[in-house]
Amino acid sequence: MNPSAGVDRFSKTFADLRARSRKALVIYLMAGDPDPAYTERLVPQLETAGADIIELGFPFSDPVADGPVIQAASQRALHQFTGIGEYLDLVRRLRDTCGIPLVLMTYYNIIFRYGERAFARHAREAGLDGTIIPDLPLDEAGDWRAVCDAEGLAAIFLEAPNTPPDQAQAIAGASRGFVYLVSLKGVTGAEKGFGSNLEERVQRLRSHCDTPLIVGFGISTPERAREFGAMTDGVVVGSAMVHAIHRAGGDGERAAVELVQAMRAAMDGH
Amino acid sequence: MRAQAEQKVGRTGYYGKYGGQFVPETLIAPLRELTAVFEEARSDPDFWKELRGYLEDYAGRPSPLYHARRLSEKMGGARIYLKREDLNHTGSHKINNTIGQALLARRMGKPRLIAETGAGMHGVAAATVAAMFGMECVVFMGTKDIERQSPNVYRMKMLGAEVRGVTSGSATLKDAMNEALRDWVATVDDTFYVIGSVAGPHPYPLMVKEFQKVIGEELHEQALAKIGKLPDLLIACVGGGSNAMGIFAHFLPMAEVAMRGVEAAGEGLETGHHSASITAGEPGVLHGSKTYLLQEPSGQIKEAHSIAAGLDYPGVGPEHSYLHDSGRVTYVSVTDAEAVAACFELARLEGILPAVESAHAIADAMRVAPDMTPDQVIVINLSGRGDKDLHTLRDYAPEKFGIVAGTSEER
Repeated sequence: MNPSAGVDRFSKTFADLRARSRKALVIYLMAGDPDPAYTERLVPQLETAGADIIELGFPFSDPVADGPVIQAASQRALHQFTGIGEYLDLVRRLRDTCGIPLVLMTYYNIIFRYGERAFARHAREAGLDGTIIPDLPLDEAGDWRAVCDAEGLAAIFLEAPNTPPDQAQAIAGASRGFVYLVSLKGVTGAEKGFGSNLEERVQRLRSHCDTPLIVGFGISTPERAREFGAMTDGVVVGSAMVHAIHRAGGDGERAAVELVQAMRAAMDGH
Repeated sequence: MRAQAEQKVGRTGYYGKYGGQFVPETLIAPLRELTAVFEEARSDPDFWKELRGYLEDYAGRPSPLYHARRLSEKMGGARIYLKREDLNHTGSHKINNTIGQALLARRMGKPRLIAETGAGMHGVAAATVAAMFGMECVVFMGTKDIERQSPNVYRMKMLGAEVRGVTSGSATLKDAMNEALRDWVATVDDTFYVIGSVAGPHPYPLMVKEFQKVIGEELHEQALAKIGKLPDLLIACVGGGSNAMGIFAHFLPMAEVAMRGVEAAGEGLETGHHSASITAGEPGVLHGSKTYLLQEPSGQIKEAHSIAAGLDYPGVGPEHSYLHDSGRVTYVSVTDAEAVAACFELARLEGILPAVESAHAIADAMRVAPDMTPDQVIVINLSGRGDKDLHTLRDYAPEKFGIVAGTSEER
């Protein structure tokens, strides 16, 4: 197994970013939307265009943390996979050429049914580096953290605007790869309700932990990416990317590349 | 006895290996606050006194225990009694819980209630208490259920609630709950989510049980007074399982009282079109808790099917999963056809139109009663009334209404 993969790959990515005084641009895609071959073509182009980390969603029938855009993508992708094993095959093919961290986002029942230990092992063998499971909060994640640590897979946890400070510290301390700060009280792709407390949350966490802090949910424009990136170590662009690809139809790949370039330029101050 | 019952919960919010709080982080702090407020209210005699006042004067409790003599005679075995939750205000057991949760919402200063509903009985009960307490109310309901339970949609609207149609997934109860959770994530500051069943993340399964167990507590007294003994067997339908938990909970420590939970077998277990999560499902995680679910081997949730919108749900409350594994409760299933037949049987033998949900319990009683003896007593939880189901029954069995199949023509 490649020793520079998994948790270590995040360390390398963030060290490189720091050396170049850049913030991380994390791009979310729904795997298999509209089909796995499309995803396989798109990811390398986004890496070239300036994405630092790819968060690759696996569809779930009941995505409670997602807004309408990702729900629709999930519905479109649902029948592209008979199981998450096929998703890991896609990751394995991407890994051949892809040097940046690949992170799975899906819901806990998918992993629970597969078996936590077996999944963590197979995920690392395929070349996956981390996981984000929005319905697995820290207190339910004891077993999952243990198997991820054993495999060197980064279990990434989310912190929310209303997470009490002591709990936020516990989340940041447990999270590997990066800490996912949810920008707002709401689902993915929301347009309102941005917490005005992001800066305060970041400062509080910084004094206790040096794991990178990445903010996501509702980051739909380059301006917002720059603004939120400036306060943190980077941003996640999800619904805006999924929407841009879907809306562009046959031109989806170009639209995706252009959005990454625009976000990158704004964050790098060009 | 009580200590033992509490102890089995073990890890907070768990029933054996079932339960938990599998929700987005944004809901963790609100659930902890709710747990604290509920625990404080639970040990506050004034809270229970106020709740009892509303249950008596507003909901019309206690609900009667009725000896269904003609049904018992026809079955020729056990004596069958009905716990008449259908006679509560709003027409089902759901009001017991919504009054309790609305009092908690008031205690927490939250002016807006949201609820999910399948058959519409919980939605109506939530809209009712919102009106009574002067709160705003939004009810999430699958568009398929809006269609088949239209009388309840009109009731909710008349009560001043907004009914929000949910088109995602199977457009039934599961999807309504997804949408209610999404709304709650965005509105937690001023909104109280009134979950209608013993499902969802902790503390809901515990809280809803505490508000529903008045059914079993009353039954205990009524049975001693009217029958002179404890019931031998309790039977209740199980979707999420709140009416079943309501009649079972008090009797769980009493080994001499047997219990059967009746799931919806829909078109038959073998067809795959059913809602029998315990009988035919596997453990998994949905809507905040670990419990038996209808799911694919891949972990994707399957669509449930039942003629009864209130049972049309691919999961079940986590404590039912525990009671199944422990063997304390026997879980069985009844098909759409058997439930419809039971609706007519009860209507014509006893003059009572049951909700098609509750008819699942009646159908099961009709199966087991003949093998029992007249000194034995079955109590069925008649959890709701059937007015809402007339359209569904007419479409399912037009010949019973003297309607020529495929037309609206009456003979």
